[in-house]
Formats: sequence, C-alpha cells, structure tokens
Amino acid sequence: MKILRAGRMERCIGCYSCSLACARLLHRSLSWHRSGIRIRSAGGLSTGFEAQVCLGCDPAPCAEACPTDAFRQRKGGGVKVKRNSCIRCGECSQACPVNAVYMDSETGLPIVCIHCGRCAAFCPHDCLEMFESAVGEEDDQ
Amino acid sequence: MINEEAFRVLVVNLTEGKSEPVLFGSPAELLGGSGLAAGLFASHGIMDAPADHPDQPLIFAIGPLTAYFPLMSKVVLGFKSPYNGQYAESHAGGRLGLALRFAGYDALVIKGVAQTPSCLIVGSRSIGIRDVHYLWGLDVLSAGKHLRRFCGRDSGHRSILRIGPAGERGVTFASVNVDTYRHFGRLGGGAAMGAKRLKGIIVLGDGSSPLPEGKAYRDLYKTVYQEVTQTPAMKKYHDLGTLENMLPLNELHAVPWRNLQATHDENVRGITGQRFAEELLLRKTACSGCPVGCIHVGLLREQFAEQNEFQYRQVSYDHEPVFAAGSMLGVTKAGGVLTLLEEMERQGLDVMSAGVALAWATEAFERGILTDKETVVPLSFGDVEKYREAVRHLGLRTNDFYHLLGQGALAAAARYGGSDFACVLGQEMAGYATGEVFFASHAYGFRHSHLDSAGYSYDQKADSKKSEDAVAFLIEEERRRVQLTCMVSCLFARNVYSEERLQECLSSIGRPQLADSVVVRSRDVQARRWQLKYQTGYNPGHISIPKRFGEVTTWKGPVDMVFMDAVALEYQNAVRKLADAGQGVQSP
Repeated sequence: MKILRAGRMERCIGCYSCSLACARLLHRSLSWHRSGIRIRSAGGLSTGFEAQVCLGCDPAPCAEACPTDAFRQRKGGGVKVKRNSCIRCGECSQACPVNAVYMDSETGLPIVCIHCGRCAAFCPHDCLEMFESAVGEEDDQ
Repeated sequence: MINEEAFRVLVVNLTEGKSEPVLFGSPAELLGGSGLAAGLFASHGIMDAPADHPDQPLIFAIGPLTAYFPLMSKVVLGFKSPYNGQYAESHAGGRLGLALRFAGYDALVIKGVAQTPSCLIVGSRSIGIRDVHYLWGLDVLSAGKHLRRFCGRDSGHRSILRIGPAGERGVTFASVNVDTYRHFGRLGGGAAMGAKRLKGIIVLGDGSSPLPEGKAYRDLYKTVYQEVTQTPAMKKYHDLGTLENMLPLNELHAVPWRNLQATHDENVRGITGQRFAEELLLRKTACSGCPVGCIHVGLLREQFAEQNEFQYRQVSYDHEPVFAAGSMLGVTKAGGVLTLLEEMERQGLDVMSAGVALAWATEAFERGILTDKETVVPLSFGDVEKYREAVRHLGLRTNDFYHLLGQGALAAAARYGGSDFACVLGQEMAGYATGEVFFASHAYGFRHSHLDSAGYSYDQKADSKKSEDAVAFLIEEERRRVQLTCMVSCLFARNVYSEERLQECLSSIGRPQLADSVVVRSRDVQARRWQLKYQTGYNPGHISIPKRFGEVTTWKGPVDMVFMDAVALEYQNAVRKLADAGQGVQSP
C-alpha cells in the first residue's frame, strides 16, 4: 500500500493546486478546506508553507477513536472511510495528533487524506510523493 | 454556489458599522471582474465628488472563472483614484481571489469611514470591523505581523490586505499590500483605503461550493494545468521572471535610465534577471490557484554591526520594480535595488510611481531647481542610502516638498518647475522606452498602464506607421485584455486563454450563455469603463506628453513626434467613441 508524504515542502510555492485537486476530484467541491491535504503558512508567506495531511499512522488514533465503523485502519497506515457510517461526532478529528482530520462545518463530515495520490499529480514542484509502505508490503505478502 | 441570475455582493458601510449581502446586476451583461466593478461603481460611486468623499466605494471584484481554473487568480479593485480623481482599476493576486470565492462573494463594496482605524474581517459566515488604532502608523510589514494574529485558525486560507504610512497620509500613489508579495499598486488604492481609516482587510476563504458533475470540467482543468506547467507557454514567467526583459530591452535601447536621460547603459549587467537569480533569488512563490509561481523573492543579507551581526530581508522583484528602483534611479547593483524596494514596501508606496517621482526629483536637484532645503537629503543617481531616506520622507510626507511629490512628479513640477523632464504619461511611467505607440497609449489609456493595451509590443513588432493601424491594435488588444480581466485571469496567461479556451471553460462550469456572449459583452465592458472615466473627469486635453519623451532615442532612432502625435489624437478619438457607446449600454 502506498502512502502520501509531503516530504519536500521546502519547495512549495503556495499555489494550492494539491488542495484544489483533492477538493475537485474527491469531494466535487471548489474549496481550500474540503480537502485531505490543506496548505498552511506558518507566520506569513515569508516563512514558507506546511501541509496538514494524514501521516498514515498504524495504528491510527482516529480509527481507534471512531465509535462506528466510519474510520477503519488501512493496511500500511492511515484509514479507510465509510461515510454512511459516520455520525459526525468529531472524535476522529479530536484524536488526530497532527490535526489532519478536518470537520467540514457545512456538512459536519470529517475530511481526511485517503492516500490516493491524485493531488501529487498536480504539484508543480514535486513536494508530494507516494511511497510504498513497508508495513503494507508485509501484509500483502 | 454561483448565482446564474445575479452577483452576490457584500456591501459594507464602515460609518454605520453594518453590512448587507445583496444580489446585484447580471453576469450575462457584466461578466464579472472589470465589468462587475464598473457596474458597481456606476451604482455606488459619486461621479462628481472627490475620491476621498466618505461615500465613494472601494470595490473588490472577482469573475466567473475565479478559482475554477489555473491562473484565474486575480482581483479587480475599482475605485475613484486619489491620483487623478477618475474611475480607476488596479489588479492584484495573492490569495485574495480565491478567498473571496470561498467566502461566497463575487464582490466586496466598502463605503463610509470607520470611527477609528479599523480592520475589516469577512468570511463566509462572519463579518467584523475591529478597532486597530494601535496599528495606525505602522509600516506594511509590521502591520502584517499583527494582523496575522487575527483569525489564526484560518492561517493559509485567508488573504490579508493592509496599507502603510503612505496610504494613511494620503500619498496619491500609495498602494494596498496583498499577502506581502502582491499589490494593488497603481493610482492610489492605498490612499483610498486610508481615507476610510481602513488599515487592513482580512478575507477568510472558509466556505466551499459544489462543482459540476461529469468529466468535462475536470478534464479541461487538467488540460489547462498541463499547458501552463508542462509546455513553454509560461516558462518566461517562472524561470527568470519578467526581469528577463531587462537585458534585451537594454540592447534595444528601450530601458529608461536615470529619469529617461538614456535608454541604454552598459551597467545593466548588475540588475538583469540572470544577475538577480544568481546572487539573490531565494525562492519563488505563487498566487493561490496558479502553479506557475512567478513571484521571485530575493534575499537581502545585510551586515548591520561589527562582529558579524547580520539581518536579512525577503523582497519580491519583477521587471517594473527593478526599472523603478534600479535603472530609473541609476542604481546598478541588485542588492541596492532590493534595499529600496523593501523601504518602498514598508511605506506602502507604489514602487513604480515612487521610483519615477524620485528620478524626476534627482534631475531637478542636479539642475539646481531643488536644493536640500526641499529634498532634505542630497539626491544623486545611484546613491542608495540617500534614496532610502528620501523614500521615508515621501511615505511620511515630512515637508511641503515631499507632500507635493506625493501627488506625483507633475504636481511638484507645477510648483518648482521641471515639467519638461517629468516622466509622467497619465501617471508615472512604466519601464519601457519602446517608442511612440507605447508613450501615447500610456498617456491616454484607461489605466495609464503598460498593461492596458500592449503598446510596447506594437512598437517592437509592427512596421506600420499608420496611426489608424496602431490604434486599431490598441483598441482590440484592450478589449481582449478586458475579456480576461472580467474572468478574472492573470494577464500572464493571455496566450493560454484564447477566446475559444475561455468559452470552453465557461461552458464546462455550466455557463454556456456567458461563453456565447463573452466577446460582445467584453466590448460593452470596455465601453462602460471608458464612460465612467469620462464621467469622473477624464479630459485628454489636460494630458500632454512631456518633452523628455520626444528626446528619446530607441533602436529605431529618435522618437517620431509626428507619428506619436497622430497616434495620440487617433487614440483619443477612438476612446471617445467607446465612451459614447458606453452610454448606450444599459445600466445593471
């Protein structure tokens, strides 16, 4: 299983193409927020950018905190999301140690990266990469 | 969610401290951006009242394609210019375009005057006017640091605008800083904001809207994205940036040097795009929604004391700022240019106007028209430290002379003399000395800007010396650019967004009617803008091209005054006809 890593954020130019791609392709939305990867500037544009995105924990605290089956552990790290089971309690968002689960204020649903990699194709500076999770490989064998 | 029938506009009244979201006009008529701003000014502006009248509106408008496609990232500011009293447009990028889209507004109209120095905060479900009297007097960079403390939760998903001391004190070419590295630079938007006691504006892009179903939109987005990132279409802008122009223009004898006393200088090598890239380029950054990343940020490292004490600054640069703080002032070291740009940024001055105004003052000083009684510091071309002090005097309006210079070089020349060599074409000139068509179109153009109609391009590419050919080019190029600024596209993408491509884009987001009418309506918007400019006092009879421009020699030889006068006259007639046509266009 592959994991998305924002490993070269020092190259980021702040174009937000990744966030817009996730919102467009996964969430059918025009949005900065409604995206599994959200770009933040820490202390103004002169200090560069950081990505708020799932680190692919295994075990994932958000999945453990989920009282239903909406967030389940994904092989190789991160979570699988089943929206129909979500009761919009926000426990997943509270449990995430890196604030990677965004609670959409309009729908009440959590938004999290599912490591599909579609955003990476829209990064002009290769800040984002997909890499093979060792854990996933072992599980798959 | 886009409203097909009308624009969603937030009208803020600072005097009353109240705001009202309203539906306004028709996208089918006004398109958006430039058209929407013009429509709103016709509705809210007071044609015969001065620019600082409390009820004059500041209008920030986006367009139907904002955020939907790459480089649809700009915002049009429509306002009455404190510089010339006329309806004006200024454009900026940063994050503001997308922030307005996600806040759910096509335009923001700000009227009235705040009780105390204030910051307006607008989001999709919030509006606030915060008292920031403690920020009044702070420079642009310091004010930015404080304003970032507001709404920290939205860091990265918001846009922060602010003015500096120049805007507060009414320098008529004060700028509005947008997200540190972008600006509503020209014609005094900063002073218009200062007159409203508005130190800052924060727009929170905290909402979302649904996208069309089906693959057509997503596929077209991908096609455009690949065009702008994987083909040579935008290379110029992300490689060396617009400063790439400096060297070839200098070879052509088309760079204004030392108040346009020359058009070529061997010392250009100190301020070329290549030199900046090698010595100072720290990184590039982008407007939100643009993967090109044309914003070149230079690192200025300065020793300020013994024992290896250093400070550093990050300053963005482009061709125009490097012309204004470099060649025009005889500064031929890249670091010196960044030093001056940083000081102009801090004061909240439009760097082009500030540089050109100081260039005039320097020549006036050298000729003995001015003394250090007026300038306080002795000005001489190339003296960065003296210019740095002068920039502070200009921003802070420290004496009568700098007060007048803060209204433009011609205002100061009217008092002290020296109007023949004031490099003013409607406003302080842009960084091209390409010849007759550029000079005439800059002087009499709608924005008095090199971006109006590409006169510099006609000078370089066309052989015809028929004034009617030149003017036909200018008028059609202006319409083509109006079409883009209605969307609101970055003009750097003008070769990517052909008419057909714009129509495809509009159709793909479910707006086929706009796609069908975009050419006709852009012509209407062009006419509306000219009508507003005339209604607010534009009189070409009050504009003349100073003698200095007739003394210029380019690669084509001396400027042909007969041709320039013919173009100027023909152009004035053509825009008068446009303005008359604007009267026939129905009001929204």
